[in-house]
Amino acid sequence: MSAAIEAVRLTKRYSSTLALDEVDFSIQSGRIIGLIGPNGAGKTTALKAILGLTDFEGSLTVLGKDPRKSREDLMRDVCFIADVAVLPRWIRVAQAIDFVEAIHPRFDRARCEHFLARTKLQPQHKVKQLSKGMIVQLHLALVMAIDAKLLVLDEPTLGLDILYRKQFYQSLLEDYFDEDKTILVTTHQVEEIEHILTDLMFIRDGKVVLDTDMDSMGERFIEVMVNPDKADAARQLQPLDERNVFGKNIFLFDGIERAQLEALGETRRPSVSDLFVATMKGTYA
Amino acid sequence: MKTFYWLIKREFWENRGSFFWAPVVTTGVFLILNIMGIITFEVFAAQRGISISGMNINQLVQSMDAKNMANIGVGIDLAMMSSGYLIGIVLGIVVFFYCLGALYDDRRDRSILFWKSLPISDRDTVLSKVISATVVAPVIATICGLLGAVAMLLIVMLVAMFHGVHLWTLLGYAHPFRTLATMVALIPVNLIWALPAVGWLLLCSAWAKSKPFLWALAVPVGAGIIVSWFNAMGLLNVSNGWFWKNIVVRSLFSVFPNGWVESQEMTHVNMQGFNLSDHFDKFVGVGNAWSQLARADFIIGAVIGAAMIAAAIWFRGRRDDS
Repeated sequence: MSAAIEAVRLTKRYSSTLALDEVDFSIQSGRIIGLIGPNGAGKTTALKAILGLTDFEGSLTVLGKDPRKSREDLMRDVCFIADVAVLPRWIRVAQAIDFVEAIHPRFDRARCEHFLARTKLQPQHKVKQLSKGMIVQLHLALVMAIDAKLLVLDEPTLGLDILYRKQFYQSLLEDYFDEDKTILVTTHQVEEIEHILTDLMFIRDGKVVLDTDMDSMGERFIEVMVNPDKADAARQLQPLDERNVFGKNIFLFDGIERAQLEALGETRRPSVSDLFVATMKGTYA
Repeated sequence: MKTFYWLIKREFWENRGSFFWAPVVTTGVFLILNIMGIITFEVFAAQRGISISGMNINQLVQSMDAKNMANIGVGIDLAMMSSGYLIGIVLGIVVFFYCLGALYDDRRDRSILFWKSLPISDRDTVLSKVISATVVAPVIATICGLLGAVAMLLIVMLVAMFHGVHLWTLLGYAHPFRTLATMVALIPVNLIWALPAVGWLLLCSAWAKSKPFLWALAVPVGAGIIVSWFNAMGLLNVSNGWFWKNIVVRSLFSVFPNGWVESQEMTHVNMQGFNLSDHFDKFVGVGNAWSQLARADFIIGAVIGAAMIAAAIWFRGRRDDS
């Protein structure tokens, strides 16, 4: 496996704030990575750097290229959806399809029409007449019909109803993803993408605070349901987090032996959202 | 090449109203107004017997000598070009605002993120907008102008026939084909002439974080005021007239076609109304139009315009404001 994205000491400074602070990471191809972080953590800045949309310090290689120097070239193999519906308001559905088909060598018109058939979009519709959710549907159909090596999705399902969101992630996994592709996705609706992720990256204040694949995450982080009588023993092990549900204490541990924890109570793998909340504690404090 | 063709097509889709419908409607309105004017005149003439030098129109036309007829011929040429004049003003307004918005509007509504997700270079994007402003829009406007010119010729001939003037006599003095050829030949001349304004407006459009219109206007006008002020204090020795004409006005309004026609030539034509043809010949005709391209203000302006377009391409790649 080769690295699809390789960042070394990636730094981005806006006039007064440090959006990315000497970040190192490496993303292998054939993975689905969730980039998760609170608002203002630097997610979008990282994605923009990867897509060649912003200048940065440090080094960054995407599919073997420098995104700053060869954005045009890179976009033959990279597709992205930015965080809000950004299709031009004047364009018609048919025009958008014709244009992308003419411009993009890897666009498959039949696939695009297949995705659009599930929606209420009509070729003569103008984007400005569409609801936000429908614009996103059009954008997703255009992007999913491109056979890209790297797909970057920044809040792809914002404004979509839950039916379409579920369907979208399902078809992303079934119809789109294969071992030659890499998908990098950010979203605040962590629960919805948890089951499709192979890797997880948490970002906070411009730093990567967690970078793991899902299997190692399940080994490293363990949640234990502890009866109140053993709660003090559990606290001795310095849990990351403690919550109270139906009279039981739920503790989240980082890097404690499973056998040791099983003595305290029932163990399970924490959800990404619980892990996220525990890791990001104090972000807005 | 295919990409570039589709980029031009995209510009046309987005600006169909201003590139196509604006000149078409202008031509239509112009012709209708002319027809209304002629009808009004004819009705008044018939009712009240308008006369000039004691003759009614029919007598007036018949009493003309060769020199007067030659002037009538130039008058017909001018009538043909007149539709182009009005369309040119509309074209100038369209191109001015098109250039100001071309690299700004998609940054404001963030659709730039969609365009940049496609394999299109910033260079091609900007150049497609330059070509749209200097070729696509002017060619459409010129086609409308040519149709308007032919329509005006037909109208003039119809009116002349109505007054008993023989068709071919009149046409013999006019130069309809030369006039039409001139209108086409002016496209590249106006393209080169417009480069400084197109470059400046696109540069503002690509660079401004907000309000490109204000920047585009404020910088040259501000510079003009400062130059005039220093001149007034005797600290600078730059001609105010030269600066305002060649820098301020040129950088903003050379998108209006035929602005390069020297104003003294124009007044000359107007003042010597009854000896039109000699002066008119000076700037009509394909050769005369193209010979303008050797003028220093054309060449220097084109170089500066190209430099500003290059700068616009650079800013298109670097501006990061989302």
